[in-house]
Amino acid sequence: MAEPGKNGTPMLDELEKGPWPSFVTQIKEAAEKNKMSKALLSLLERSYHERIGHWKHGGIVGVMGYGGGVIGRYSDLPEEYPDIAHFHTLRVNMPTGWFYTSDALRTICDIWERHGSGLTNMHGSTGDIILLGTTTDELEPTFAELTANDFDLGGSGSDMRTPSACVGPARCEWACYDTLALAYDLTQTFQDELHRPAFPYKFKFKCAGCPNDCVASIARADMSIIGTWRDEIQIDQKEVKAAEEAGLNIQRDVCNLCPTKCIEWDGKKLEIDDENCVKCMHCINTMPKALRPGKDRGATILLGAKAPIVEGALLSSVLVPFTKIEPPYEELKDMVERIWDFWSEHGKNRERVGELMQRVGLGNFLEAIEVEPTPEMLAHPRENPYVFYEEYYEEGDEEEEEEEE
Amino acid sequence: MAVTKEEVAEAIYEIVKEYQGKKKFKASDLTKAMIQKYGEAEVDKKLCKAAIRILMDSGRCVYTYFGGSFIELPPEEGVER
Repeated sequence: MAEPGKNGTPMLDELEKGPWPSFVTQIKEAAEKNKMSKALLSLLERSYHERIGHWKHGGIVGVMGYGGGVIGRYSDLPEEYPDIAHFHTLRVNMPTGWFYTSDALRTICDIWERHGSGLTNMHGSTGDIILLGTTTDELEPTFAELTANDFDLGGSGSDMRTPSACVGPARCEWACYDTLALAYDLTQTFQDELHRPAFPYKFKFKCAGCPNDCVASIARADMSIIGTWRDEIQIDQKEVKAAEEAGLNIQRDVCNLCPTKCIEWDGKKLEIDDENCVKCMHCINTMPKALRPGKDRGATILLGAKAPIVEGALLSSVLVPFTKIEPPYEELKDMVERIWDFWSEHGKNRERVGELMQRVGLGNFLEAIEVEPTPEMLAHPRENPYVFYEEYYEEGDEEEEEEEE
Repeated sequence: MAVTKEEVAEAIYEIVKEYQGKKKFKASDLTKAMIQKYGEAEVDKKLCKAAIRILMDSGRCVYTYFGGSFIELPPEEGVER
């Protein structure tokens, strides 16, 4: 087995030479006191030489009663690398908005050094705390210690994944609703869906406080809840002038870059035609002191985004153009349950909800989840005026049309 | 007499046991099978969810992942432990 740090890992050593922090350096540090990390380095070096991965994942590992939160991972060379024959990952539900005390971080790291490789990934793409590498026998003791310290596992497999949220009103003045409160509420309400996989495939919630969408919900979440407003952008004309005096070219850098050209600047006063604003946030991002989101705030709910896995990537589509997001969020949760019911009934194995929408057609999907169609749901007007969708005719419509003729 | 969650759990267990190694079931497959067996008036999704939870919490069934999450009997070594 190759010895790390003594030219036993020449290819991995190359990855430490750049100006950036290197995961190799971190694993080497962990390898000084943990045999799993040491074996991991050797296997990784071998993979780089052979240009082949030596891991397989999935199977039958977990903690009692839960179907999510543990991703089984095994080496296909268990006899050569016995210390990492198992290298399971635990997903731990992160605090909403990723706010920790230093005590909490020490607690997690101490638990993980006792039961696993000591390696973590803060955070995974779903937002969870990722604890990398332990054996099947250590899963229950790790879970017991985590729960004794008020942590719980997150989602994995065909379940509701751990809901995530941007830092929201805790640190951002543009948050149009309390993202932290909503993500926490969804997590608590849907505990069963989080821990006991019952869906055709994964389902992700991401709560973004404003259209900047710092959690990339529009590209990654099956349900994106993106903060927005429906009145006018707040303008502080004095600050607009100050921005210009500080060197900002308002015409070039703000007006000309507005996608709907709804901003005018005459050198003295900035005017916005809010009816044509598409809430792209460009002007607000460029002049944060002069412009702010409106006061009548809520969110747009979108459905169906996914990264490319089984099929290609999808961006989410508008489901509810504007709604107030306020506790107890009953309307939102009722709609979510209707979506899940239809998806569970009609979804194929490993079919995301966005793919189901495409397969059955938006009209049928909306009818099934009892949502009225609105113009905001369309990407663009239909291109072929000779195509008619007869199934959307109400019973008797045809007779009425004939009578009119 | 209304069907109890324990009875539904037993019926789910029998299906999983019968098809172990031959067919994998998702929670939704088993829910549909139970509604078909007992009828919509007697069994709903909520009851099936409670029944599956009984099986999981007792360790008689486990979740497995093979490109999706399924409900199966525990592997032999798991039973022995």
